[in-house]
Amino acid sequence: MAIDIGQFVQTFFEESLEGLDVMEAGLLALQPGAADLEQINTIFRAAHSIKGGSGTFGFREVTGFTHVMETLLDQMRNGRLEVTSEAVNTLLESVDCLREMLVTLREHAQIDEERVEALRGQLEQLIAPPATDTAPPGSPEPAAIPTSPPSASGALGWRIAFHPHADLMHSGNDPVRIFRELSTLGALTVQPDSRQLPTLAELNPEDCYLSWALELRSSAPREEVAEIFAWVEDECDLCIEALTAPEPPVSAAAPKPLPPPPKSPETPIAEGQVLVERPQENERRRVERRTPLVAADSSSIRVSIDKVDAVINLVGELITTQSMLSALGVDFQMSRLDKLHEALDQLDRNTRDLQEHVMRIRMLPVSSVFNRFPRIVHDVSEKLGKQVELRINGEQTEIDKTVIEKIGDPLVHLVRNSLDHGLEPPDERIRLGKPETGNILLNAYHKSGSIFIEVSDDGRGLDRQALLRKGLDSGLLKPGEDYSDEQVYDLIFHPGLSTAKQISDVSGRGVGMDVVRRNIQDVGGNIQVASQWGRGAKITICLPLTLAILDGQLVTIGEDCYIIPLLSIIESVQPRREMINRMAGKSEVLRFRGQHLPIVRLYELFGAKGAVTDLEKGLLVVVEADGRQVGLFVDDLLGQQQVSIKSLEKNFRRVPGVAGATILGDGRVGLILDISGLVRINNNAVL
Amino acid sequence: METKTTDLAPLGAGRTSHPKREALEENLQYLTFNLAGESYGIDILRVQEIRGWVPVTKVPNAPAFVRGVMNLRGAIVPVVDLRLRFGLESVEYTKITVVIVVTVRSEPHGDRIIGMVVDGVSDVLNINNAADIKDAPDFGTAVHTEFISGLVAIDSGMVMLLDVDRLLSVEEMFALEGLRGTESRNIVAHAS
Repeated sequence: MAIDIGQFVQTFFEESLEGLDVMEAGLLALQPGAADLEQINTIFRAAHSIKGGSGTFGFREVTGFTHVMETLLDQMRNGRLEVTSEAVNTLLESVDCLREMLVTLREHAQIDEERVEALRGQLEQLIAPPATDTAPPGSPEPAAIPTSPPSASGALGWRIAFHPHADLMHSGNDPVRIFRELSTLGALTVQPDSRQLPTLAELNPEDCYLSWALELRSSAPREEVAEIFAWVEDECDLCIEALTAPEPPVSAAAPKPLPPPPKSPETPIAEGQVLVERPQENERRRVERRTPLVAADSSSIRVSIDKVDAVINLVGELITTQSMLSALGVDFQMSRLDKLHEALDQLDRNTRDLQEHVMRIRMLPVSSVFNRFPRIVHDVSEKLGKQVELRINGEQTEIDKTVIEKIGDPLVHLVRNSLDHGLEPPDERIRLGKPETGNILLNAYHKSGSIFIEVSDDGRGLDRQALLRKGLDSGLLKPGEDYSDEQVYDLIFHPGLSTAKQISDVSGRGVGMDVVRRNIQDVGGNIQVASQWGRGAKITICLPLTLAILDGQLVTIGEDCYIIPLLSIIESVQPRREMINRMAGKSEVLRFRGQHLPIVRLYELFGAKGAVTDLEKGLLVVVEADGRQVGLFVDDLLGQQQVSIKSLEKNFRRVPGVAGATILGDGRVGLILDISGLVRINNNAVL
Repeated sequence: METKTTDLAPLGAGRTSHPKREALEENLQYLTFNLAGESYGIDILRVQEIRGWVPVTKVPNAPAFVRGVMNLRGAIVPVVDLRLRFGLESVEYTKITVVIVVTVRSEPHGDRIIGMVVDGVSDVLNINNAADIKDAPDFGTAVHTEFISGLVAIDSGMVMLLDVDRLLSVEEMFALEGLRGTESRNIVAHAS
């Protein structure tokens, strides 16, 4: 039977990377000095899965490295080793290292062995010296991981009693694989025990009824033998004893024994119970791991079955409506017009629901981005010697997958900024009468068809005076004019402007905030700053719910129909002669609510024929992008419509001023205007 | 060469006789169409479908021969008027004006789907012998020969075989418009 192992390798990588996320989260939650068994167990389980998987696929480096981590974790669990912040940091570093190893392996590249070895050495130093028989009496099994050299004592090999549980093969394990592996260590004799074998009529071909007595003539150490069974240790009764030296048989000798019964029902206690609780545990883990995967791999998405079921239900309803309509269509009479309307209404509702639910498949909780912040805050605050408490709110808020991928880096930048520039060092905070520990709050919520993400801190806030000075120095602001707070704070998004007195390796070079804003704008969002000097700053990012669909305002320009995203429209006005001024004889501006807005004649920009050219006969749609407003001159407004965004670039190319295309109600193509692009074009032209 | 017939040759015969030109094993087929009284042919494997002309949506600041974009079952597909592409005079579109939708390969971008407007579709041309395809003669600068991959003589005259990848390369279309680029920028400046 030829199985392509390649497809499983990919799964292994995905699951292992998820496992690392779990480990990281667990490690960050560990408090030095207090061994939280539940947490350690979670970390341990994740490490153990990685070890087992890497063994199966022959990634020896990973197996070896994880083994050392596991040993350390096991000792923490048994209370033989204290949970120190040093140990946690080393483990965190090891998690990073493992992640790198996995990524390199996935790309078939060379592992940085020096780093692995160095970390391994650090880990080994932390591990308490083996004390085989001094395990706490409460622990049911002796912690027998450390070395016990068998060959030295003249052992001939090992006698292994292997009693798999009936469902061993359900999890994809194959005893033959194990035996084959064992036989690589030395001469292997296998004695099957078929006493449990039922009659053929009762036999379930998927169950394992056999057990085996194995004799391995080999000088391999016990761990190496146990290692081979690592993958099945929860699903069998295993007993490994030395062939000569009569060592007391280790009962249920999982090399990495599962923990003694803690209070929590979620931790497996003994073999029998493991089986009962496993599904539940798996479910829980799936939920907490679902999202980080997406951050790592953009090509696949994991969708909860509820969402898929909802879609299937809706499709069912749609089919019902469809058959209702076709029944009406056969032999239609005017008397049944009511029925037709009713059915069409239903169709309308169905399609809307379906659309909404299909979009929901693309939606992921924002926690997949937020999850990385505890680590970042932990690392950076340590480096800067600040005490920081990170609070996260609304991490279940769902956003389109594409948006999520784009906002990760900007958010990291914002949080680093808060840590570095925003929050003061502890001594300064005390002097200012603030609590020693600074706060950073990440908050996400839905409001009026958009998603808001806030990053706020209770640090210094933005220095309005310093910014104003910088702005005047660089010529971005003109002296003698009155600027609103917003206009001044807006300067931080200008490239090359930093008020940080010191450039650190965390932030402060003045590059970044412009990139942050650009990224946010790329996904159709915008970013705002609010601040109070000495009290803190709050940066609010507003994002569209989805990138695939937008609410559009249809406008005509000559013979053509264009779509303006509704979100960017401030209002539409019918200009009167006195509202229009000419600047320097050519640029036209609209006086509107006390502001002067440049007018963009779209028909000229787009070379449209037959358009209205008299400003008073058409309409000006005032739109806003990048904090700037312009008046777009169009012939007329048509209706509003939800449009799905299609790519113009796929079969053609990018067109300046056009963000994309869509199919209108009559089947024709309508172009969607790129408002920030238009504002930029206009700006450059003026400059 | 045991195949003497130029048409309807049994597939098997061609399969062994032309080991050098593998494409020939599959019996080269070209879709021929009319444009300003001339016959042109394109590789039939590149043809996705043939549609009647429907009004398209104009794309701002595109070259004149890009008539606009159309909706091809939800995909946005640009439509090129081949007469204008060749620098010929355009004609009023009629009932028999058709759009041939073809796949165009372009290297960094990947496959594009592009429609081209022609006067009318005529036939499918079978070519069994590579020797029947002659190189295009040099017409001088008056004719765009760079798009012509070969010539085939048929009973009623001659068919020019087109290289759609060159002809409908979006990059090349805009490179051609490079001179006009300044013009459109002027429009931008003027508008504001």
